[in-house]
Amino acid sequence: MSDIRQVLREANAEAVHRMLAAEPVLIDVVAAADAIPELGEGMILHAGPPISWERMCGPMRGAVAGIAVFEGWANDLDAAAALAARGAFQFRPNHDFAAVGPMTGMTTASQPVMVVENQASGNRAFCTINEGLGKVMRFGGNDASVLTRLAWLRDVLGPALGTALRSIEGIELKSLVARGLTMGDEMHQRNVACSSLLLRSLAAALANTCGDRAILTTILSFIASNDQFFLNIAMAMGKAITDPVRDIKGASVVTAMSRNGTDFGIRVSGLGDEWFTAPVEMPDGLYFPGFSAVDANPDMGDSTIVETIGLGGFAMAAAPAVAGFVGAGAPSDAAHITHTMREITLAENPEWTIPALDYQGVPTAIDIRRVVETGIAPMINTGIAHREPGVGQVGAGVVRAPLACFESALWALGKRLGVT
Amino acid sequence: MSKTSESPLVVKAKPASLIQGSPRVVNVGLSGFAEALAAQGVAVIQVDWSPPARGDADLATLLSKLSD
Repeated sequence: MSDIRQVLREANAEAVHRMLAAEPVLIDVVAAADAIPELGEGMILHAGPPISWERMCGPMRGAVAGIAVFEGWANDLDAAAALAARGAFQFRPNHDFAAVGPMTGMTTASQPVMVVENQASGNRAFCTINEGLGKVMRFGGNDASVLTRLAWLRDVLGPALGTALRSIEGIELKSLVARGLTMGDEMHQRNVACSSLLLRSLAAALANTCGDRAILTTILSFIASNDQFFLNIAMAMGKAITDPVRDIKGASVVTAMSRNGTDFGIRVSGLGDEWFTAPVEMPDGLYFPGFSAVDANPDMGDSTIVETIGLGGFAMAAAPAVAGFVGAGAPSDAAHITHTMREITLAENPEWTIPALDYQGVPTAIDIRRVVETGIAPMINTGIAHREPGVGQVGAGVVRAPLACFESALWALGKRLGVT
Repeated sequence: MSKTSESPLVVKAKPASLIQGSPRVVNVGLSGFAEALAAQGVAVIQVDWSPPARGDADLATLLSKLSD
């Protein structure tokens, strides 16, 4: 038994070390098919653990239909849905390809993806570009305005961002996020500081490399008008940080938390790429005018990768304004939420600190043993999609990861280590 | 065995009276008790606590084998 405890102790120390030693840099924007060679025609990567068309929620189906039309695999949304029902498309999780995607998380061959390289370990991770607010594909939107915007991201913004990033050899993200935390961001539901800092880092490079003033103006306006532009970068950063933590024998640290609108799934370092799932829960939140809880879709998206690295709900104390926005209580409750998340993590990140907590580091490396023992489920800040396809975002809220995922993972870890 | 002055069981001082002032309460666990007291104007501090593994004995045993 003492040998097993030693294995666990050393494995988790290595997991924490790899997580904290990461050096994520935003280096490029490329077509998804160039980043992920397996991504061929008819293949659609989605958020969360594996799911079939039959079990997909409304907004996920809406996004699938929309992206199939966008890629030219179907002439219209009805035809795309019919093809999906006949099994014409191959559905795989983003997480299987070093990728992540917000909400529905659609990733297909021609979409541009941002590339974050973890320069401590050499791995890369990918995420599509944030589309902005309102009716967008990540929330299940799929009308002409959504597809037109996706085409602009593919044809104009993606290539311009890639050229600009290459010209300055990328943007180092760790220090940028550290500053964002001191400016009130938690990197899930509040990204206004980091989006602004990113634009400040990019503006000169864009001006230097984009020869068309009208296009440059459009690009700068698009980024400047989207407070959540940095979210997708934070997500790719999270994936780049957590992927090297996979497959450490005996480690009980969570390497992914994700949802597909039907199931919530986690992965654990000592258990490789196996998903441990449970029915996803409904967010508890605040709604835009004209909408209410009856309109809400269950929790969805790969964006929980930011909580997996200690941001989002775990860093609520850095962003007390978010507590009110997502209905998590008064701003004064934000510190309590971060303190509580510290009870289920193994470390604090000394480079990502929260001034309001006397520069305590964000709670890092979720330990499934601590989650099961305390019964404290990870707190997640999230957007809320309409449950019907094609509508879009209707609110924002908080949701808890289902404890059942952590309990089944703990049994599997015990079996893997030979104690059950 | 008779108690000696070193025994921890010996009460060396009289306890403060519980009936001379208002009660001051620390409630551990179910918050309903604290809420009921607070509603009556009693000063109460709530400590969040629940049985390990939500009271699941098998999970608690597994946890004991995997704790470091």
